[in-house]
Amino acid sequence: MHVDPLEKKWLYVVGGIVAFTIAVQVYYAAAKGIHPPSNVQTIDSAKLHLSKEFAENNLGVHKNTDGSLDVTMVAARYGFYPQEIEVPIDTPVRLRIASLDVLHGLLVPYSNLNLMVVPGYISEANTTFTKLGEFPMICNEYCGIGHDYMYARVRVVPKNN
Amino acid sequence: MSITAEEAGRLSQTQSTTASALRLGNRLGMSNLWFAFVALLLGLPMGLYQVAERSGYFPWLESSHVYFASTSTHGVLMAYVLTTFFMMGYGYHSMAHSLKIKTWSPLFSWAGFYLAVFGTALAAVMLLTGKASVMYTFYPPEMADPLFYIGAVLLVVGSWFWCIDMIAGMTQWKKQNPGKPVPLVMFGTTINALLWMWTSAGVAIEALFQLIPVSLGLKETLDPGMARTLFSWTLHAIVYVWLIPAYIAMYTLVPKLAGGKLFSDEFARIAFVMLFIFSVPIGFHHLYMDPQQAAGWKLLHMLGTFMVAVPTFLTGFTVLASLEIASRLRGGKGIFGWMLGLDWKEPMVVAGMLAMFMLTFGGFGGLINASYSLNAMIHNTQWVTGHFHLIFGGTTVIMYLAVAYWIWPKITGRQLHSKAMAVWQLWLWFIGMLVLTLPWHYIGLLWYPRRVSSTPYEHVGVVAQWGIYELMMVVGGIILVVSGVMFIYNLIRTHTNKIAEPDMTVSYAEAIHPPLKVPNILNSLSFWNWAMAAYMLISYGYPLLQFFFIGTHGAVPFGI
Repeated sequence: MHVDPLEKKWLYVVGGIVAFTIAVQVYYAAAKGIHPPSNVQTIDSAKLHLSKEFAENNLGVHKNTDGSLDVTMVAARYGFYPQEIEVPIDTPVRLRIASLDVLHGLLVPYSNLNLMVVPGYISEANTTFTKLGEFPMICNEYCGIGHDYMYARVRVVPKNN
Repeated sequence: MSITAEEAGRLSQTQSTTASALRLGNRLGMSNLWFAFVALLLGLPMGLYQVAERSGYFPWLESSHVYFASTSTHGVLMAYVLTTFFMMGYGYHSMAHSLKIKTWSPLFSWAGFYLAVFGTALAAVMLLTGKASVMYTFYPPEMADPLFYIGAVLLVVGSWFWCIDMIAGMTQWKKQNPGKPVPLVMFGTTINALLWMWTSAGVAIEALFQLIPVSLGLKETLDPGMARTLFSWTLHAIVYVWLIPAYIAMYTLVPKLAGGKLFSDEFARIAFVMLFIFSVPIGFHHLYMDPQQAAGWKLLHMLGTFMVAVPTFLTGFTVLASLEIASRLRGGKGIFGWMLGLDWKEPMVVAGMLAMFMLTFGGFGGLINASYSLNAMIHNTQWVTGHFHLIFGGTTVIMYLAVAYWIWPKITGRQLHSKAMAVWQLWLWFIGMLVLTLPWHYIGLLWYPRRVSSTPYEHVGVVAQWGIYELMMVVGGIILVVSGVMFIYNLIRTHTNKIAEPDMTVSYAEAIHPPLKVPNILNSLSFWNWAMAAYMLISYGYPLLQFFFIGTHGAVPFGI
């Protein structure tokens, strides 16, 4: 087996790049707890209305005792329910969302909220909104012919409001 | 010195066997390649239509029905039909010319081809009639017509015939040539065949046990979490299956046609086995934002995802080093100046350099996608589509085009209609790809979601910033369609060219140090096959098994 000296140097460089990149990510995952949304919790999408958490009356923004918020939503062709949520800026938000029918996705511009909504599972993500204003909550996974129209409104308001 | 009649007889028999092997390889090659490039030609204008429709500047084009049918068809044509048939055509040609043996049964090889053609036709009818607008990623529980899935499965099964041919061919050659290194072109091709069998197994299981039974009404529900996990098994490795033929050309044709030698044969083999082992068991970076898999498994897959950057770094080094040597042999000088000394009139050299350039950009984007945490920034935005158009449509397909320019004269015996036009066409492809994909990445960072046919959000501040970039993308699309038409025109005119090709011999780049013997591990597939089985068991075993005991609820199918 013939290895050129230049090739050997390149191998060290490549090894260094890959090791560094992996180290950074593992560090942030382990030390800072930065993980993608991965809660692995099942639910029967056909019976959301009979579940306590995702029944129509229980959807929306709930305030916890520590000041953080729980937002419960349902994604269904072709909207997010409730159609509008209002959250204060710089406040920890835990979003829990389930699909009533097919695959959906969700992203909110100017935030790091981005996740998949898979029928049969509850998706959960934690975020904090840091920009005031009204933003679309956009379905970013193809869910049928009306997919373009699937969006809701997120209004981020001052904290003492 | 004289030879006996018996020896002469054996010699002429060998010659005629070789000739018939080459003839078969050429015919299978040409049929598969034409089918591949017709798919490319049909898919291109669909891409242009989509980018124009979505931009909002052409209201008379707008129709979500047509758009989603078009996107689904464009995806299937480019990602499944072009790639599979190209891989098969190029592979049959490489096997015949590097090993000089016939496939074990020509009838079997043709049966595979026609099965794949039939499957494609079946799927195409469903796609074009809007009965399969579920995207090329299928997306259950949305359901297409069962014939769409059956067609797709037949395309895959047809391609398995080719895989068997490649593996059987290499095995037979090794038996006849004990201890000799398998020619690099064939080592890469066979490892790709084996990789494709591993890769396609995931989607095949999804289709056979979930999509087809539910679409036929034999089963009432399916678990989309499991379907997505199975699809992720296929979804990343498949891009390496598309890329490996491009790498094979970079290693075995680019150095040769640049007038130089391959920098290292052994490192090319190492790159191929690494691409093999680190491509299938790492699919979860497509599921980072999904709820049905736990974070630890995603982290494990992330490690492997970064490892697959290594063979690409190796390939970049070896191919550029080979090109530099070629340039210096021609009198090229300077640290970067040697690039000017290359033979820029040779399509293969132009494609090789431009592919490398696009690979640098695209690879960088890929590292972002692969990132466990950064992925949230770009998941399901237009960044992702921009990324794979650059690295697949750009880096990979430009090499497919260059291979066609090289292979057409070798098979038809006619000189290429116009080498100058080929060079122009490749440059246009490159420019079109950059004009298309750079703004495409950027609007992704501005949260433009992928897979929408319009953006009717009432939040003008967010939407307004996309407009100008979409217009740039339309320009990129136009350039690509023009370039694609030039490509097909050149090939058609080559068939009727009156000037015969002066050099009909097919030969591949020689390494600076041609290997007389390579370690068995770089000359055989069985070790890597077992390693893949073990790695797959680790990375997909529990994540798939969990669906049988975490209490899943099936989802009922929906139409689109």
